[in-house]
Amino acid sequence: MATIAPNVGMAPTADRQRTFRLPTLRAGRWLSPILLLLLWELASRTGLIPERTLAAPSTVIGTLVEMVVSGELPSNLLVSFGRASIGLAIGLAVGIVLALIAGLSRQGEVAIDPLMQIKRTIPVVALSPLLIVWFGIGETTKITLIAFAAVFPVYINLYSGIRAVDARLIDAGRSFGLSRLELIQHVILPGALPSLLVGLRFSLSVAIIVLVIAEQINASAGLGYLINNARDFMRTDIIVVCLMVYALLGLGADWLVRAIESRALAWRPSILEQ
Amino acid sequence: MDARRGFLLADTPGIAHRPAPTVRLRDFTRRFGANTVIDGLDLDIAPGEFIALLGRSGSGKTTLLRTLAGLDDARGQDVTVPAARAVVFQDARLMPWKKVWRNVTLGLRGRDTRARAERALDEVGLGHRLDAWPLTLSGGEAQRTALARALAREPQLLLLDEPFAALDALTRLRMHDLVLSLWRAHNPAILLVTHDVDEAIALADRVLVLDHGRIVGEERIDAPRGERDGIARELRESLLNWLGVRPGASNEGNGVVRLAAARP
Repeated sequence: MATIAPNVGMAPTADRQRTFRLPTLRAGRWLSPILLLLLWELASRTGLIPERTLAAPSTVIGTLVEMVVSGELPSNLLVSFGRASIGLAIGLAVGIVLALIAGLSRQGEVAIDPLMQIKRTIPVVALSPLLIVWFGIGETTKITLIAFAAVFPVYINLYSGIRAVDARLIDAGRSFGLSRLELIQHVILPGALPSLLVGLRFSLSVAIIVLVIAEQINASAGLGYLINNARDFMRTDIIVVCLMVYALLGLGADWLVRAIESRALAWRPSILEQ
Repeated sequence: MDARRGFLLADTPGIAHRPAPTVRLRDFTRRFGANTVIDGLDLDIAPGEFIALLGRSGSGKTTLLRTLAGLDDARGQDVTVPAARAVVFQDARLMPWKKVWRNVTLGLRGRDTRARAERALDEVGLGHRLDAWPLTLSGGEAQRTALARALAREPQLLLLDEPFAALDALTRLRMHDLVLSLWRAHNPAILLVTHDVDEAIALADRVLVLDHGRIVGEERIDAPRGERDGIARELRESLLNWLGVRPGASNEGNGVVRLAAARP
């Protein structure tokens, strides 16, 4: 996400006009969301939006503080975070291993790729009845769903990334006497890394989506449990708090991938220019 | 790797008075399906000899170079190349994810490879860009890095695949001088594949013209480099003739040739 920082540096005279205008425009980006919040608050206070439809922003903030202080939010967030992390770790590991096998050998491609394409046609969520029959409604089902969903994006991106590595670079590597293993290490894997990170980003966001869905299946802890409970008591303030937390999870995932990218892809011109 | 590709490696010195050639091809033929790309080619390159290979697109230049580089299979053929060889391609083909010095040491065995990279990069005038990322280099710098990468291998055979074609004219002239000074200092046999007749005349001991997979012309140039202006015109005409270009005869915008032929 773009961080919006006021530009307070001393500008050289030639750039004065540009640096003078930039902060005002950037600050302007805050204007419409704040205005919306104010209108929402006003509408809630005047009774235009009833509490049971949508809680006022001030109430939401109060509830948020309350839930943090009581430990209710952190403990449930931790449960959800754990589910997402374990599912994601399993999904990524499986996806990366399968992509390496399919990407680096023709036999592997023949064996694995058709299965992955078949898997892709099955909507992950549609598997939940089967998983519930197998594993019940406990953690296993939720984690399996997340893992299952996270496999494909990382698989397809890494696999095609390996196949798309510039053949001219591979030729150059071979002309310098690199063995097959050295080619993989020095040419193919670094060349496929940008694709892997794209896959990672997709896997992260799909994992969060599936987390939300999986937590609607009879959870006894976690953000989904909080939301379901709040629904039963028509506590729209708690629902909004949980939505905010989901959004923060997504932001955090995005930040994580960006941090990895700026370290691992330091050689890219787009990052070099920054 | 070499045994697998069917090479004989020429690192044992010859018994005869003449030194064994660095490269030796006899009746070398290469086909892709029904298409014969190289047809019964004989080629000897002496140690330290600078050869320019001219040819139109599709004449088999690239195929020959790939064979000498060990990129194509030469099993069952009478092909002898040295074990120590290196290629500089038209596009520098640096690994963008490796810093300049790591590109130079790519595939080098042994200790202290960074010092070797440093020496090689110093020689091409890039000692200050050791830790730069390849994508921040200019075209000329990238090509000099590729030269350093080839040099660091101390090759007996240096293959140059149109290495100056993508550079601007001024950079190209500087690169000519650089290649010559590196050649004098290290004395590898060089095979320079090029489109440019003048480049071939300015640099090589011997110019070969390849057409339809056969060597159709050969010129040995004994005049020292830098003193070739006098013979350049005649050489150019005979080389262009072998390439199937008749100087002065064409009207279809072949200005380069006519201009060159008109010069006294």
